[in-house]
Amino acid sequence: MQITLNVWRQAGPRALGRFERYTAKDVSPHMSFLEMLDVVNEELIEAGKDPIAFEHDCREGICGSCGMVINGVPHGPKPAITVCQLHMRSFNDGDEVWIEPWRAKAFPVIRDLVIDRSALDRIIEAGGYISVRSGSAPDANAIAVPKSIADTSMDAAACIGCGACVAACPNASAMLFTAAKVAHLSKLPQGQPERQQRVLNMVEQMESESFGYCTNHGACQTACPKEISIDFIAYLNRELLTATLLG
Amino acid sequence: MEFNSRVPSGPIENRWENHRFEMKLVNPANKRKYDIIVVGSGLAGASAAATLGELGYNVKCFCFQDSARRAHSIAAQGGINAAKNYQNDGDSIYRLFYDTIKGGDFRSRESNVYRLAEISLNIIDQCVAQGVPFAREYGGLLANRSFGGAQVSRTFYARGQTGQQLLLGAYQALQRQVAAGRVEMFTRTEMLDLVIVDGHARGMVVRDLVTGEIHSVAAHALVLATGGYSNVFFLSTNAKGCNVTATWRAHKRGAAFANPCFTQIHPTCIPQAGEYQSKLTLMSESLRNDGRIWVPKKAGDSRRPKDIPEEDRDYYLERIYPSFGNLTPRDVASRRAKEAVDAGRGVGENRGGVCLDFRDAIQRLGQSVITERYGNLFDMYQQITGENPYEIPMRIYPAPHYTMGGLWVDYNLMSTIPGLHVIGEANFSDHGANRLGASALMQGLADGYFILPYTIADYLARTEETAVDTDHPAFKRTEQEVRERVQRLLNVNGTRSVDSFHRKLGELLWNQCGMARDASGLQDALAKIPEMREEFWNDLLVSGAGKEFNQELEKAGRVADFFEFAELMCRDALDREESCGGHFRVEHQTEEGEAKRDDENFAHVSAWEFTGVGHEPVLHKKPLEFEYVNLTQRSYK
Repeated sequence: MQITLNVWRQAGPRALGRFERYTAKDVSPHMSFLEMLDVVNEELIEAGKDPIAFEHDCREGICGSCGMVINGVPHGPKPAITVCQLHMRSFNDGDEVWIEPWRAKAFPVIRDLVIDRSALDRIIEAGGYISVRSGSAPDANAIAVPKSIADTSMDAAACIGCGACVAACPNASAMLFTAAKVAHLSKLPQGQPERQQRVLNMVEQMESESFGYCTNHGACQTACPKEISIDFIAYLNRELLTATLLG
Repeated sequence: MEFNSRVPSGPIENRWENHRFEMKLVNPANKRKYDIIVVGSGLAGASAAATLGELGYNVKCFCFQDSARRAHSIAAQGGINAAKNYQNDGDSIYRLFYDTIKGGDFRSRESNVYRLAEISLNIIDQCVAQGVPFAREYGGLLANRSFGGAQVSRTFYARGQTGQQLLLGAYQALQRQVAAGRVEMFTRTEMLDLVIVDGHARGMVVRDLVTGEIHSVAAHALVLATGGYSNVFFLSTNAKGCNVTATWRAHKRGAAFANPCFTQIHPTCIPQAGEYQSKLTLMSESLRNDGRIWVPKKAGDSRRPKDIPEEDRDYYLERIYPSFGNLTPRDVASRRAKEAVDAGRGVGENRGGVCLDFRDAIQRLGQSVITERYGNLFDMYQQITGENPYEIPMRIYPAPHYTMGGLWVDYNLMSTIPGLHVIGEANFSDHGANRLGASALMQGLADGYFILPYTIADYLARTEETAVDTDHPAFKRTEQEVRERVQRLLNVNGTRSVDSFHRKLGELLWNQCGMARDASGLQDALAKIPEMREEFWNDLLVSGAGKEFNQELEKAGRVADFFEFAELMCRDALDREESCGGHFRVEHQTEEGEAKRDDENFAHVSAWEFTGVGHEPVLHKKPLEFEYVNLTQRSYK
């Protein structure tokens, strides 16, 4: 297959960016999208040009490093996967593809497709944890957790922190990311003591970063490679209201 | 080079307890006077940094990823072992200890492994309290499964994402300490050298991966939690960024490297599809519970696997190992697959795989049961290969996955350089020559939450405190060396990309120091590696500059270290004239083709001392003593 690529190139956070056009030749349908970019980069390097910078690490959909907008869709055309799990058999010979970084004020571009997502770490810092000193825990079976609650908590905890939800949202809101962590911890019995403070602090931090507000578009849920449901946003809003009234 | 294993004596079940009492403590008011550097933020690094911060030390934690949460521990699927005996099936600390020693083919230290088994209990408690959503039964208690051929159910799991959930627990604990001001987190920062002052590890030189600035960091002690070196093979199941740089550069500064030839090859990975392949994907070993492994009886059979009739199939594991069948341990299953493929009996592209067939299981149990058990794995397989495993047998092949070797450490997890501690996969201590499934997560967290925080205090309390800052000449000198090295990589200005060299090195090692090794292949590799290394330094092309975000430059530094490390790995494999665990020397096998250990001559840890690139390293043999476990031949017939 032959694919025409239009890739966003930007030398640094303050530099002007632009699309550049490349041709990926002899693309095998078995290649992953990132392997196709590897091959393009090899050619660029050997031609003495700067390769396309993009973030990646595990290449199996769990580390959350990779992420790019492909033809307007975060992580590309297939649902429920990250871009490293996307294979070229999802494209056709002669396709033209547009590749951009996550676009959000809270995620400044570092170079090309690489962005700074440290705002997400700061939201976790604000309260995305259960305070437990190493060595001070009771026996693991001392607290029974109903299976349905453990399962729901796990559904929320599956978030990989890639930021696709922010990229997909017309407001660039980090509501789904924040909601997933609030739900993961606050649903569990272990998360009860800090429940109110957690949601208040995390939402306050989210709002102090440059994310937009949630207006229930639902684009986040569609883009999420782990299919995290916006029901958790409803849960977050309920938690926030309760904590605000009680606080 | 001085080795003091500091292994306590006395009854094994009291050793850690007594040792903890004998170790010195740091007065709570004094802890804030100590700076500790933690390199790496995986299970071991994040749990250590969080715990040390909580105790009151000043901690600086470094990772090369953009967030601590992305360390490769996140990719572990299967689970974490603990001797809780919640299933009432006869498990105990002693049994986990015994299984780990035996599984490691009697090449690990009894005292360390016993401590690991003991601490396994605390880990599960800790993780549950943090909110790790482990699988549960309908009564609300924790669920377990058996894993990797264990005869008890001691594995705790969170769907197929156990590593992710444990790492998020440790990461959240770490971020909590960052918020509290006890830990300073440096993401996108790579350690490039270790700084030694008066014989003690006192800091390091790092490169800021965004700006390219090179600078130094000083501390009273360091902790390396930088993972394993499977990526020396280029193609492995490790994340692309995993590397040997931190441990290798520490080795070059005087830390002994132990058993570098002990690498683990995981049997159930998706085979390579083409030249462009960038990594291999592992699929949970649990697939072997219901899938049957086979290859065509005839070499060169070109029919599609689906069309090969029963009488022309060879279910070789069931044939050779009637009692364990498809569930033989990782090393055995991997080697037999290689044998079949080498004999031309493989299937798929380039005949590079063996079949893992669910036809019979689907007939027996129905497709819905198989979907329930393995649905996500089947989806993943189809995603990658484009083939439907419900209809066509899966193709699998072994891939490098984990490295048991690592920097030599004493019972306190300190290397041969005073002050330099090494935890998790980066050290050599607990898995011997072969690691059991679901034990890597256990070791990482045991080291980080429960062992290192005690033992590092003992070092600090026993060492006279001296102030050292980065103006010290040792820092200036090391910084200068790092700058020159980075510049040297940029200056080669040859014609070939970093990956092209790495791929070649990987191919050589995979063929000659992979699943089966022999003297002539290893000698050949030892002759070729220095040539390839020279070519690398003569023809490398790194685009861009040093003082900017430059992914090619990052890779180049790591691959340069792999080129040096590879030689040590082959040398160790050549020296170890026996077969044990993941190390299979073709010359040393039983008549049935099983690994033949030589306890008389090789019941030791091979700890290597660096003497210069291209110079023969010095081997120190550290004997292993077995007081509790009898050395036996593993048998899975």
